[in-house]
Amino acid sequence: MLKYIAKRLVMSIPVIIGITILSFGIMKLSPGDPLANFVNPSISMEDLEASRDALGLNDPLHVQYFKWIGEVVRGNFGYTYSGNHQISALIMERLPNTIILTLSAFVLSFVVGIPVGVIAAVKKNSRLDYSLTFLSLVGVAIPSFFFGLLVIYLFALVLGIFPSGGMENIRAGYTGFAYFTDILHHLILPAIVLSLGNIASVSRFTRSNMLDVLKEDYIRTARAKGLRNKVILYKHAFRNALIPVVTIFGLSIPFLFSGAYITESIFNWPGMGQLGIKAIQDREYGIIMALNLITATLVLLGNLTSDILYAVVDPRIRN
Amino acid sequence: MFKKNSFYDFAYRRFTRNRLAVIGFAVTLFFVIMALFAPLIAPHEPSEFFFVEGQNVYDKYAAPSSEHLLGTDSLGRDVFSRLVYGARVTMMVALLAVSISTVIGTVIGLLSGYFGKIIDNIFMRLVDIVISFPVLFLLISISTIMDPSIWIVIFAIGFVSWTSTARLVRAEVLRVKELDYIAAARACGTSNLKIIVKHILPNILAPIMVQVTIGTAQAILMEASLSFLGVGVQQPTPSWGNMLMDAQKLLVLRDMPWIWIPPGVVNLLLVLAIYFVGDGLRDAFDSRQ
Repeated sequence: MLKYIAKRLVMSIPVIIGITILSFGIMKLSPGDPLANFVNPSISMEDLEASRDALGLNDPLHVQYFKWIGEVVRGNFGYTYSGNHQISALIMERLPNTIILTLSAFVLSFVVGIPVGVIAAVKKNSRLDYSLTFLSLVGVAIPSFFFGLLVIYLFALVLGIFPSGGMENIRAGYTGFAYFTDILHHLILPAIVLSLGNIASVSRFTRSNMLDVLKEDYIRTARAKGLRNKVILYKHAFRNALIPVVTIFGLSIPFLFSGAYITESIFNWPGMGQLGIKAIQDREYGIIMALNLITATLVLLGNLTSDILYAVVDPRIRN
Repeated sequence: MFKKNSFYDFAYRRFTRNRLAVIGFAVTLFFVIMALFAPLIAPHEPSEFFFVEGQNVYDKYAAPSSEHLLGTDSLGRDVFSRLVYGARVTMMVALLAVSISTVIGTVIGLLSGYFGKIIDNIFMRLVDIVISFPVLFLLISISTIMDPSIWIVIFAIGFVSWTSTARLVRAEVLRVKELDYIAAARACGTSNLKIIVKHILPNILAPIMVQVTIGTAQAILMEASLSFLGVGVQQPTPSWGNMLMDAQKLLVLRDMPWIWIPPGVVNLLLVLAIYFVGDGLRDAFDSRQ
């Protein structure tokens, strides 16, 4: 087991180096001069060149890369072009909000997706199975921004039971428990929109796993022993069908972060995605690259964790 | 249509028995026809501006009428005509992007699976790196660095989404490579290239075709998301994604559903239809049934 974990860790070292090189490459390819917004227009060309030298912008690329990595490791992503804000501070301000949203969507997708998949598999080829399978395909196929707009239109504008955007009712100035329920109230719609695609893929995956397991010899043995159908389904089949679902844990992280870009911008949720969209509009490449690097690292950690979890629950794949 | 009792003959028969798959195929065909014959179907040019009668003012946000079936948008353009032409843009982007990702993914998967060892290790770590970036993040980075154009969108989607094809092809090659007929071919002194192209590739074509179908649906969704966020297909070219941008304004969202619901619905219908075809193909190729 320890050997497996060590092997997985060693394998992710080149990946994380690759991630940083790719991020750095994209940043270097981006147009525009990082100095352009800081300097006084009356400065002479010689002085400009001198300050470029002093900032290391004329160093060879690999030297720049190592300097950049040195700063990034200490959590310093530099400053924005406009307003001279510290990028890491901007991101840290937004990160918790994105985590609240993605984590809720993550929990929602498994709490809803697994039971739906199991029910569809148990009632295979029934009308219920067909409708659930159809609905989960719709969930995969609907563009998330369109679903988001529909949900806002229906629940916020027509019915008026949920707020159409934002994270809290600032004017009300809630504190304590009221503050908590207020955020929850704002959270429900975006969390549903963000999790929909994931609910659909989790339930489809659970259904096909469950059907595969039901064909296994040990299920036939259990039936031959005369065990009750419920015991066979929920004790023998369900537990084994759940094992591969662990792999989706890792896969759903990049999916949710991608989705957060769209969901946050539709719902005005003050998270990293919304920051990213604003950064695109303002051409703030530093912010985009920092977001890329941070999410890529989070995704890598997520995959690592789910691989290790998989090995913990299923001893067959350790070697 | 196919040689009697061949693999594809059985698959074809299984596919045509699957009602959902046939419906999906028909709907997809409908949109393909719409895209091909857009100039004949659309009543107006997609970028033609309309004016309020007798005045020099754009006729914007007009309600649906016999003249404009789905009304006009924020610049006074006919929504229905843009919807029809949008099918063209959507299909072109998706098909070209999927061609790129299929070629890259298949080549990398074949090399990785067949040669193994260092080549496999390098390519699979490359896949790990690319999939660590959420697809939309990479797409957004690429389309912000380069000036956004339809070609950038196509190449960006193609170069980002080859990873699942590569993994699939690699796994299939690993399965096929150990079979006896490959060993026989090798024993006869057949070259590696010939083994890969003539003996392995035809035998793993079925799962690749399923992947192409699913990939097309995903490419359509990616293009729509990018265009919705303003980094994809740019105005005045209509795309089903950028036609929904207007709905971010509360006024349009609340009072003018005819502007934003139709492009969303056709987008959903097409993607859903293609997924049905993909699921149908997967079941049809599965000879265990």
